[in-house]
Amino acid sequence: MTAVVWVCITAAALISAAIKGVGPALLGARPLPRRVRAVVAVIAPALVAALVVVEVVGPRWSAFDPLVVAGVVVAVAARLLRAPMLVAVLAAALATAGLRLLL
Amino acid sequence: MADDGPFRAGLRIGVGLGLGSFLLAVSFGAAAVDQGWGPVAPVVASAVVFSGSAQFALLTALGSGAGAGAAILSAALINLRFLPMGVALAGTLRGNALRRALEGQAVVDASFVAAHRGGGRFDRSLLLGATLPQWPLWVAGTLVGVLVAPPPELARSLGLDVVFPAFFALLLLEEARTSRRALTAAVLGGAIALGLLLVVPPGVALLGGALAALVGLAGEEVR
Repeated sequence: MTAVVWVCITAAALISAAIKGVGPALLGARPLPRRVRAVVAVIAPALVAALVVVEVVGPRWSAFDPLVVAGVVVAVAARLLRAPMLVAVLAAALATAGLRLLL
Repeated sequence: MADDGPFRAGLRIGVGLGLGSFLLAVSFGAAAVDQGWGPVAPVVASAVVFSGSAQFALLTALGSGAGAGAAILSAALINLRFLPMGVALAGTLRGNALRRALEGQAVVDASFVAAHRGGGRFDRSLLLGATLPQWPLWVAGTLVGVLVAPPPELARSLGLDVVFPAFFALLLLEEARTSRRALTAAVLGGAIALGLLLVVPPGVALLGGALAALVGLAGEEVR
């Protein structure tokens, strides 16, 4: 098990560094074409939305937990009421923990 | 230095984000020990991989009996999202190819989003400042998780499993508010990921969701 873990860690670190470095190294200061920029501008929202869904729902929807969703809703509500990011996240954890205690 | 302002603003954002990822790192360290990684490997993983989603992907894959190849592939697929982010940032970074590749290592989800000034333009100083505090907090959190190793049930009772999704939901809130097209991309990306999760591993579902960014092209043609 341990040898496999170390192989995985090393490979993941190298691949990750390569993925992060290749775009900046090759493209440099050349401006991207307009159509590419239009796509790049909305990569972050598309990806972050997918991350939320993957986190909440899990593989084959196996991780779905209404109390986690409730926590996420509390975080968003707190943020809309102008709470700092960390406070909003802590409020989410407290809400989910509290509901688990009560239900 | 002209860069002082945004760099400091980045540091402040990074400390806030880092405290969130600290909690997440605690749960990673604890889960890895629980899975028999030993005390050293999880901390080294956080130091050199420095990617919560990739590390959790490794953990999930190895924990479900997958071989090293499948585990590495799932981590690589999850981190493929940094490729377009690097492309988006390329024009913002400085120096020769090697230096830009090094600066590109500062790209993590939260910093990328925080440094986004809208319309695909980015603030380099803010990006570097935001990532700087996150690395030591991520590694330290993992160490705490390894040492304390709260059982998964306790982490659940404390609501720690909501930290990651809540954090991404807040990032989504910021992003989706920037433009109508951003909102469309977010809704579509979420819907695609939701559907794909039923049939493919999470890493692939994430990439599928990212494809929703192609609405950027459609939007341009309408205008």
